Amino acid sequence: MPSARPSLPRYLREIQTEVEGYARALGLEFFPVIFEILTYEEMNMVAAYGGFPTRYPHWRFGMEYQRFSKGYTYGLHRIYEMVINNNPCYAYLLEGNSTLEHKIVMAHVLAHCDFFQRNRWFVPTNRKMMDEMANHATQVARAIDRYGQDPVERFLDACLSVENLIDPAFPFQPSARRGEAEPEEPAAKEVPRLPAKPYMESFINPPEYLERQRVRGEEDRARSKRFPEEPSRDVMLFVLNNAPLERWEQNVLSIVRDEAYYFFPQGQTKIMNEGWATYWHSEIMTKKALKASEVIDYADHASMVLATAGGRLNPYKLGLEMFRDIEERWNTGRFGKEWEDCDDMDRRRTWFRPTGLGREKIFQVRTVYNDVTFLDEFLTLEFCVEHDLFSFGYNAKRKRWEVISREFADVKRALLQQITNGGNPAIHVADGNFENRGELLLEHRHDGLDLDQRWADETLGNLAFLWRRPVHVLTQREGANVRITHNGKEARTTGA
Amino acid sequence: MALKIEQDRARYRQIIRGRVRKNLRKFIAHGELIGRHGKDLVSIPLPRIEIPRFRFDENQQQRVGRGKGRPGEPVEGDEEGDGGGKAGDAPGEHIVEEEMTIAELAEILGEELELPRIEPRGRHVIRSSKPKLTGIRRTGPESLRHFRRTYRAALKRQIAAGTYDPARPVIVPTREDRRYRTWQPKTQPHAAAVIVYMMDVSGSMGEEQKEIVRIESFWIDAWLRSQYQGLESRYVIHDATAREVDRETFFRTRESGGTIISSAYKLCRDILDAEYPSSEWNIYPMHFSDGDNWSGEDSAECVRILKDDLIPRSNLFCYGQVRSPYGSGQFVKELRDAFALEPKVALSEIDDRDGIVDSIRAFLGKGK
Repeated sequence: MPSARPSLPRYLREIQTEVEGYARALGLEFFPVIFEILTYEEMNMVAAYGGFPTRYPHWRFGMEYQRFSKGYTYGLHRIYEMVINNNPCYAYLLEGNSTLEHKIVMAHVLAHCDFFQRNRWFVPTNRKMMDEMANHATQVARAIDRYGQDPVERFLDACLSVENLIDPAFPFQPSARRGEAEPEEPAAKEVPRLPAKPYMESFINPPEYLERQRVRGEEDRARSKRFPEEPSRDVMLFVLNNAPLERWEQNVLSIVRDEAYYFFPQGQTKIMNEGWATYWHSEIMTKKALKASEVIDYADHASMVLATAGGRLNPYKLGLEMFRDIEERWNTGRFGKEWEDCDDMDRRRTWFRPTGLGREKIFQVRTVYNDVTFLDEFLTLEFCVEHDLFSFGYNAKRKRWEVISREFADVKRALLQQITNGGNPAIHVADGNFENRGELLLEHRHDGLDLDQRWADETLGNLAFLWRRPVHVLTQREGANVRITHNGKEARTTGA
Repeated sequence: MALKIEQDRARYRQIIRGRVRKNLRKFIAHGELIGRHGKDLVSIPLPRIEIPRFRFDENQQQRVGRGKGRPGEPVEGDEEGDGGGKAGDAPGEHIVEEEMTIAELAEILGEELELPRIEPRGRHVIRSSKPKLTGIRRTGPESLRHFRRTYRAALKRQIAAGTYDPARPVIVPTREDRRYRTWQPKTQPHAAAVIVYMMDVSGSMGEEQKEIVRIESFWIDAWLRSQYQGLESRYVIHDATAREVDRETFFRTRESGGTIISSAYKLCRDILDAEYPSSEWNIYPMHFSDGDNWSGEDSAECVRILKDDLIPRSNLFCYGQVRSPYGSGQFVKELRDAFALEPKVALSEIDDRDGIVDSIRAFLGKGK
């Protein structure tokens, strides 16, 4: 698509240069950015493809596209901006938007690009993903040509079903631990003794010590027989390496896995990333780029972007206000031990020790934090009260969503739980040769929330399809330990 | 330019189609698709198709919002029908409305019930004509100018005249080089059909019976519409006397009084005589009743009218006998005795909504 399209009209190129100038002067750093104008159909398509102009063929993109198209037709929502984490960054402008809207989008996009480039969680992502996605598309299309649409689609569905079972820490591990097996050391059969004269033997090598060593040795050997030796969070990789898959199947699975890792940091930093972009577009617009005639339209746009609908949290707004709060706190010296230890509410309210460190602090925050650490560290009681935050849940008896608590600790816990591990249950491979029958045992680290049963059953079905043998997951249901098993035909839950 | 994603959308539509087909009998029996349709589109409620993943039980999951409200109070703005689809419906089950054209639905019906295509009867009398672009000529309106052919003609001329320079390939068409598309009217055979729906609205036909007729007629309409370009429907109600009504009245009217079926057949004959010569129209009289006719004499009269007037000119005469709380009458039996060997008569007895599908198959399965 990029080459087939006329370049940006001159007036927009000029605006881009202008806005990039402001952004650089304010300290944002970004890859070169290529803006393209898309019609709303193309915009819907690209949005359905997760931002890319080319993806492998799959029905769910068609479903998303239809959903977006419908939403646009009924005026429910419009996609304003979209930007791809890539070098160069690609970003899209919607045809028919006003010049002002284009200007806002550009300012917003530049801050996203800065975030992509500088936030550490994005460092391991593939910056040539635009090309990589096109490669993936070709490979899947080739598999379809060769093996037929139905088998490839069935296999893709199964892969996508486990795409959230990846290890968030994986991209940061040294390559030695990334699945390449270390050379095995033959286990010592005999317990090593420290050299000792016979009369000193019972002191230097006391029997308890020898016994301990022997037990440890046995544990080590037992572990090395276990498979995998360490529990593995990267279920996709484990299946990829150990399931009896055809070559093309391995290929497709690793494509889905690569893309899952590529998208993971975006889910991990949604609140920060949107907050950061909104913070900077508003800085750039209100302090630099806005013409007097555009103020009303700008305010109108801003109120729409930052609307809170039906009591739901808007990530743009939450992130923006958190960044502003952090800047304000660091500007006025509301940090450090003395501040933390101060219980006097009056003193806290009037606290003012100008340091001017706010700007510097938020740049540091954008570099090293992700949503979980960001909220954990900077969501304060004051913020929570000032912004009327509450936790809510579904009351099945009354069939409605109800406010549960306004306590700071409860709100924070709910918020963190909602975003930890991208909002996914933490599940790892416990045993790849369960009961010595080649079955796959997963374990869910239960932290208060049960798995959705129907979805767990169906997901296990897909996993059994990939593993070609029965699969199990250990979890809890209503406080009791259970094991859900799928044998390829049906799911069964038993006490464990 | 067609977007690449159209492929994916087509595949998705195919999956949706499969789901609709699988649930077609249920949809038909519940009658829930009728009344959900606009002019061409039917909106079909289906569980949202999603790729299953391990996820938390939504009933246990807490979220964070902002706004007013004390613990235990409902979340603001979360009234029924508001709150972006999350409200009201229990978590976990998301229903989406998928739209489908009536023609598509008819096609699914045809596949599922294995209905044969209808071979239109007689001469294809009615022809419609529409223009089709067929060739190229040297004159014509500018809007039909053929860009590429024009330049090709110019290139040929320049090469022949020796003014073409491959190093500097400039081609300037002159007036004589211009080429235009031409068109010719193309006529297409066009088969038209008329359905005359007749329904007994006497006291013994209750709401449920009429609902069954309504559902069945919706599907018959849909199928025949997919088979004929032009389809007209006429509606006749009768108790002891018959009159023609519009579609709405047809399904709403309830009379008391007795039942004289021949009155409807006579009216049907009059309508056909006046407006639908059988040389030009494919004709489908369809009659629904609980089968409780006034007298044996009248039933004999009905058979006579059918035999002499209606059946000879029709493609197919259908009679559906709907079981009412007062039982099922004799009429279907009398027709069966009279027309056992007549291929142009289709009879069915509909006990309840589950019988609709079989009745549709009995009527339309003949391929007439």
